[in-house]
Amino acid sequence: MNAAQIRQKAAFFILAVVTLLVVAPILMTIFYITRNGVGAISWEFITQPPRNGMREGGIFPAIVGTIVLVIGTMLFSLPLGVLSAIYLVEYARDNFFTRLIKLSVVNLSGIPSIVYGLFGFTMFVLLLRLGTSIVAGSLTLAIMSLPVIITATKEALEAVPRSFREISLSLGATKWQTVRHCVLPYAIPGILTGTVLSLSRAAGETAPILFTVAAFYLPRLPRSVFDQVMALPYHLYVISTQVPNIPTELSFATGFVLIALVFVLNLVSIIFRAHFRKKKLW
Amino acid sequence: MIIKTVNLNCYYGTQQVLREINLEIYKNEIFGIIGPANSGKTTFLRALNRLNQINISYWQSGEIFLGNENIKTIGDSILRKKIGIIFALPQVLPVSIYHNVAYGPKVHGITDKKALNRIVETALRKAYLWDEVNERLEEPAMRLSGGQQQRLCIARTLAVEPEVILYDEPCSGLDPISTAMVEDTMQQLKQNYTQILVTNNTKQAARVSERCGFFLMGEVIEVGRTSAIFTNPQDSRTDDYISGRFG
Repeated sequence: MNAAQIRQKAAFFILAVVTLLVVAPILMTIFYITRNGVGAISWEFITQPPRNGMREGGIFPAIVGTIVLVIGTMLFSLPLGVLSAIYLVEYARDNFFTRLIKLSVVNLSGIPSIVYGLFGFTMFVLLLRLGTSIVAGSLTLAIMSLPVIITATKEALEAVPRSFREISLSLGATKWQTVRHCVLPYAIPGILTGTVLSLSRAAGETAPILFTVAAFYLPRLPRSVFDQVMALPYHLYVISTQVPNIPTELSFATGFVLIALVFVLNLVSIIFRAHFRKKKLW
Repeated sequence: MIIKTVNLNCYYGTQQVLREINLEIYKNEIFGIIGPANSGKTTFLRALNRLNQINISYWQSGEIFLGNENIKTIGDSILRKKIGIIFALPQVLPVSIYHNVAYGPKVHGITDKKALNRIVETALRKAYLWDEVNERLEEPAMRLSGGQQQRLCIARTLAVEPEVILYDEPCSGLDPISTAMVEDTMQQLKQNYTQILVTNNTKQAARVSERCGFFLMGEVIEVGRTSAIFTNPQDSRTDDYISGRFG
């Protein structure tokens, strides 16, 4: 073995170790939470409301609350994010106004989530009089999700070959027909990835929902979008820090359910992507 | 005379790529455009169906007429339906053979399945591709060979019933046999369509076109009957180029 080959072996080894270091925390987190929490997982735990000051019973209302919030967030952020990204990539000219929008999007992603929470509270809860409600919480989470969705959609649109647009335009299609038939269908996997990523984050956030929707203890299910709900991350925070004498097993089990929920969300997008990739032919 | 340009100047930002182009192209002829790289041939072609405007730094002065109409008065969609283009490399959409051809008519509002089937068949027959693909219309177009893909592009353009077809170095990525088939197709289409062929291959221009123009550094140096240009060029630069002394 000569020097170059040895150096190559060494380089590969270092790269492999570093890559393992990236994977390790994820695996360890999942392992640790599963080991400590899985004992408390039962049919009762996921289908019953909490009892006895949340020391017993299940977390059903929090699961429902988080699912409702994720759906609400998607309903607001997906159309807004995707349509504005289409505008930015396909229609907008490069001028002061467009640069301002792009700068805002970048800055939006740098704002701490608690600030979104405060903004949502003053804007939606107080000013628009939506109250602490599912709508107010979803809107707050939606605004937080926008930058990721817009950025992912922009990248997905820009990755569609220019030639597709030229073909379509050269046949006399309008700009919108071109976007609709020759660009958007091929950008869907990328848009989906970005959306799921941002929704996963929204599902796990506590700060934005703290003042806008989350209920400390609300065993019944919401009756309308103007109701408060319990949510998994906030519930986890509450039982870990605010209520004494709660078995830690319950916290870990709640964390496990939250991770499982996010995993299901990702699984759906993986299946969608695989389906679309089969159709990708270039 | 079907296309006429009057004092056409084209620019990208501050860079001028075409200077005072005054060309006339007659109905149902094959007009060849030859010249070395960066002489503005493609820009000229794409000015005719306003495809240059996709590039935001592009602008032009002068007039272009299609028949008696100034193309400024024709909307993008209608202009590009009337003036189709075949790109340098075969560029097909990642959908089936059928849908590549049907896409054009569909965006122009034809939805009837039977009408679409008829249009697709007619277009593929005119492009001499029907016999090779009629049993696998639902297969992805990307599975066709390069030459077949280029003829599919011709069929796709024919499907929207243009008056003029622009070819932007249509055979630059093709083998000699595929090239011959595309050239054959062009000869067959001569009866009904005006065709403008930009090519880097002077021999191809000599084989296919009836008249041709020599572009150099954004200017038209010489225009005339192809036979005359190739046997008795008036300008020494034309002579140099076609005899291979530069370019």
